[in-house]
Amino acid sequence: MIVAERKPIEEIIKMVEKHENILVLGCGGCVTVCLAGGEKEAEQLATTLRLYFQKENKQFKTITTTITRQCDPEYVKSVAEEVAKADAVLSTACGVGVQFMAENYPGKWVYPALNTKFAGANLELGVWGERCGLCGECILHLTGGVCPVIRCSKSLLNGPCGGSQNGKCEVSSEIDCAWQLIYDRLKSLNSLDLILKIQPPKDWSKARDGGPRKVIKEEVRL
Amino acid sequence: MITESRLEKLFTDGHFVVTAEIGPPKNSNGEVVRKHARNLKNYIDGANLTDNQTAVVRLSSIAAGYHVLSEGLDPIIQMTCRDRNRIGLQSDLLGAYSLGIRNVLALTGDHQSFGNHPTSKNVYDLDSIQLIRTIKKMRDEKQFLSGEAIKEHEPRFFIGAVENPFGDPFEFRVLRLEKKIEAGAQFIQTQCIFDMERFERFMEMVRERGLHERAYILAGITPLKSAKAAKYMKNVAGMIMPDHIIERMEKAEDQKEEGVKIAVEMIEHLKAVKGVAGVHIMAIAWEDIVPVIVERAGLLPRPEV
Ligand code: SF4
Ligand code: SF4
Repeated sequence: MIVAERKPIEEIIKMVEKHENILVLGCGGCVTVCLAGGEKEAEQLATTLRLYFQKENKQFKTITTTITRQCDPEYVKSVAEEVAKADAVLSTACGVGVQFMAENYPGKWVYPALNTKFAGANLELGVWGERCGLCGECILHLTGGVCPVIRCSKSLLNGPCGGSQNGKCEVSSEIDCAWQLIYDRLKSLNSLDLILKIQPPKDWSKARDGGPRKVIKEEVRL
Repeated sequence: MITESRLEKLFTDGHFVVTAEIGPPKNSNGEVVRKHARNLKNYIDGANLTDNQTAVVRLSSIAAGYHVLSEGLDPIIQMTCRDRNRIGLQSDLLGAYSLGIRNVLALTGDHQSFGNHPTSKNVYDLDSIQLIRTIKKMRDEKQFLSGEAIKEHEPRFFIGAVENPFGDPFEFRVLRLEKKIEAGAQFIQTQCIFDMERFERFMEMVRERGLHERAYILAGITPLKSAKAAKYMKNVAGMIMPDHIIERMEKAEDQKEEGVKIAVEMIEHLKAVKGVAGVHIMAIAWEDIVPVIVERAGLLPRPEV
């Protein structure tokens, strides 16, 4: 899922201080699961802002609502009334939700309350880790299910760099060396031959480097 | 001989080759490089010009290589995958060759988080093995990476790579070396050696696979300036610094002299290790000591070509 975390409150205050009436819009999708922008977090954020501006003796009102997904036209349209009443929208969705709201409500500022981080997994309570860089052409079948594109700090495709030591990445002892993980996995799968093959340069045109992408599924189009 | 490289000639003639590193300055003063080149000229067979070493912005390795060349010393330009994509890499290869540079060393490059621009965007479009293959493809197939023909004046580089016998997973290191040779690396410079035992084990595995017959292996040597430097290196990623060396440096009255002694002893030892075709001296910010080490290790005079 997409993992995000809330921006520092000072930054959010700067975004919204010129307005008096804000719709704080939560999202029920990924950001709810990663405890960054769901119903609860949206409510909390609204309260924090109200208290702050109250102390500053500034007029500031909020409406808070949360929709199932801010990346889906059906749900986004369902808040038209609330949006119309507010001066601006403060979205606690990921960057996709923020943009999709903005796209659907021209003439209305939609501000991001979160920093959208990565596509990752919930590793343990309160900890999320990056797992995929959305490169457009998955190679996990060559690397035993560990992604070197995103989990190796240098996106190497042909084995570890010289900095790999004791299972850790040269960048930080907090980071597992992806290639140590790949090596261990392939060894346990009896498939080390896979990393002895020279992998050709990656086709980055399938990734973001090809420009913004689109996925089209003809059979469900109208 | 595949190329016109003087370095390749020395290897094929069977000489025990000596290379050393010159770190380009953090400014645009080419004279710094020229001076080092003049000092080192009769003591080494080739000079590596590091490419924004440890991700710190420096005079470009290609420009530095040109300065070295004009002082009559054979340059080996380093080229890292960190800072340029496949377009930039190939363009720079053409440029370097057009200036008369004949040796290139392909490496991944230290991550930018270590350098003076930790907030930069890295590239890593190719990895070092893919870069080696690209250089070979340009030379032997007269083609750019894309497959487009280089109709004339293809760059004909003598291709080098690095290997770190002290990185992990250890058993994979030799296989990775093989991969680099498979991709086209003709000479290999190793990470600096302090743990001789591990290096010997590495060379044993190299010989088992016959890799020393497929590429010239230069063993990396770094003279230590102080016990402090030795301790620091203990924490450098991919480096093994045995305690006995730190102790020896600590006990020494003249630490610099002790560092030189250790380096000389190591070279003398390495001369006898089967499969080692030479040494590569990385005297980081201490280039002036290289002639002393070369002389004391009995490596003079250097062969003429
Ligand atoms: S290879 Fe690409 S698609 Fe597959 S996990 Fe890695 S980044 Fe994601
Ligand atoms: S240490 Fe491992 S994860 Fe880190 S850059 Fe090198 S190969 Fe990649």
